[in-house]
Amino acid sequence: MHCVVFTRATPDTAAKVEVGANGAVTWGDAALVVNPWDEYALEEAIVQTQNGGKTTVIALGGEMHLDALKHSLAMGINDAMRIDDPALDPTDSLAYARTAAAAVKKLGDVTLVLFGKESVDVGTDQHIYGTARKLGWAMLSAVSKIIALDEVAGTIQVERLLEQGKEVVTAKLPAVVSVTKEINEPRYPSFIGIRKASKAVIPVLSLADLGISAAASPTRIDAYRNLPVRDSQVEMINGTPEEQAAILVDRLLGEKVL
Amino acid sequence: MSEVLVWIETFHGAALPTSWEALGAGKALADKLGVPLTALVLGENASTVAKVAGEQGAASALICDDATLKVYRLEAYAALLTKVVQERKPRAVLAVATTRGRELLAASAADTDSGMLADISSFEAQSDGGITAVRPVYAGKILSDAAVNAGGTQFLTLRGRAFRPNAANAAGSLAITQIAPALSEDQIGTKIESFQEAASTVNLGDAAIIVSGGRGMDKNPKEAPAGSANAAVWKAQDGFANTLQPLADVLGGAVGASRAAVDAGYIPYAHQVGQTGKTVSPDLYIACGISGAIQHQAGMRTSKVIVAINSDKDAPIFKMARYGLVGDLYKIVPAVTAELKKRLGK
Ligand SMILES: Cc1cc2nc3c(=O)[nH]c(=O)nc-3n(C[C@H](O)[C@H](O)[C@H](O)COP(=O)(O)OP(=O)(O)OC[C@H]3O[C@@H](n4cnc5c(N)ncnc54)[C@H](O)[C@@H]3O)c2cc1C
Repeated sequence: MHCVVFTRATPDTAAKVEVGANGAVTWGDAALVVNPWDEYALEEAIVQTQNGGKTTVIALGGEMHLDALKHSLAMGINDAMRIDDPALDPTDSLAYARTAAAAVKKLGDVTLVLFGKESVDVGTDQHIYGTARKLGWAMLSAVSKIIALDEVAGTIQVERLLEQGKEVVTAKLPAVVSVTKEINEPRYPSFIGIRKASKAVIPVLSLADLGISAAASPTRIDAYRNLPVRDSQVEMINGTPEEQAAILVDRLLGEKVL
Repeated sequence: MSEVLVWIETFHGAALPTSWEALGAGKALADKLGVPLTALVLGENASTVAKVAGEQGAASALICDDATLKVYRLEAYAALLTKVVQERKPRAVLAVATTRGRELLAASAADTDSGMLADISSFEAQSDGGITAVRPVYAGKILSDAAVNAGGTQFLTLRGRAFRPNAANAAGSLAITQIAPALSEDQIGTKIESFQEAASTVNLGDAAIIVSGGRGMDKNPKEAPAGSANAAVWKAQDGFANTLQPLADVLGGAVGASRAAVDAGYIPYAHQVGQTGKTVSPDLYIACGISGAIQHQAGMRTSKVIVAINSDKDAPIFKMARYGLVGDLYKIVPAVTAELKKRLGK
């Protein structure tokens, strides 16, 4: 079975993200890490192919994603590639979906495409569903467990974690699956894995290599902005617990939030 | 036909409360563009839900309660939404940004090569036909001004509690059209085998008031019963159930948690607020025994009023709180609950 994972690099979640005077997003000297949700997808790809099969990790976009790909290889993913093209706008989910689907089709023999639940930085997940639709494959989101995967029968059964509860659903393969953190415990890259990954040369493909051309993006980002400063005047309420409680309730009644 | 189409998400035949926010936002957009507002209601009870949509401002409703749509399945719902969009070419399609709303609109946007902006907190129609929107990004640390260009259908999913429902007007008249499903059962590859409803359904996204607990919950002065596997877990679970829940109950609110509390097994993941949990925006957020790590802040910083209860006067949570109470949550929370009961006459 050939299993593909899409990943990207995101600033460490502890980073202080700000918009600089030039309008660019900055995160100081915080490190770029693998999108935390993708670690679960990478782990699941390794688990699902441990009895035979192949894994490929793909990132769309510039060199900032290189370390995320190397981290994936160090975890144990077999192959990596990056798709980069001046005509590609990976921030537009439609452009992302078309490109990702073309890459999967080019690989040819893929049974399962895995994504982490969302990109923790730009907070988007629509590129995931778009990729499934462009492939014409089943889409299973919020998957907390792959219960069974039967390549011969061409079926996959999963447990999904939805707002109202757990759903068990069977779908046809090939499929696109996005995973939640309940699915597994991502491994740390081994020392040998890190050494091997550091030497890997990761091929870069253009849109022409995938046999597609860029279409005009229907969305655009005009600007990034810092949050309006929060009225940070905290009122400390002192006294015995009973006194604190009485004053707090006074204030909350005054705020009209009860 | 130019119209604004809003998908009313339902569960067990009832509309999600936040769906009415999407309809309210759709009404404002339709009025501004001078086009009609249409509700799309699929599945169980569709005609009853559609009538409510009529009272809330929809001029017409498209409904389909075919057996293949009884329970939501992306494949079946997306095929039908795509067909509706292809046939009617609405100006915009809106839904609330839940797990289902996000995937459904994204699937249909991809099918129709349309632009989509997800999880937006405000938007505006521009004179050039584009729609501009504000999206919180980097876990709410900054905002992005994004736009979906004119031409084609514009898909938007709306963050819960960021938009107002329309005032109900029972006199509204509604034209209901039954539509046919796009796929028959044997064309649908996904089968739902079972559904296990969560024992305690928490809908943090809908809650106007949230009382959250963190790692400090394990400082419960109660003794864990002899033989309990892990005293700290028992204490924290008891605290969530018997100290925080009563406060949430008297306020009519929901219980949230930090990731530290979730990871330690004090409370299920569904309660987690933050970068890798739920993003919430209640009128009142009370953080108890939570230090206020940046990943936690990311999920609750847009709350209207934040109250922090923490034994450490230097905890970062006080920097973002409106009211700060230094002390032991196991003394303060019961006192607040008692005071509220007295003052609210409960
Ligand atoms: C990739 C990533 C994603 C993350 N996502 C999230 C997320 O979604 N949500 C989230 O919350 N965190 C998230 N975190 C974790 C985050 O960094 C913090 O570790 C976590 O929020 C800490 O939880 P806490 O405040 O409960 O615990 P602590 O930081 O340990 O704070 C406990 C607090 O309780 C106080 N306390 C102790 N006893 C009492 C008492 N008796 N009365 C009152 N106060 C008391 C202490 O003074 C302390 O301030 C994430 C981290 C990473 C790396």
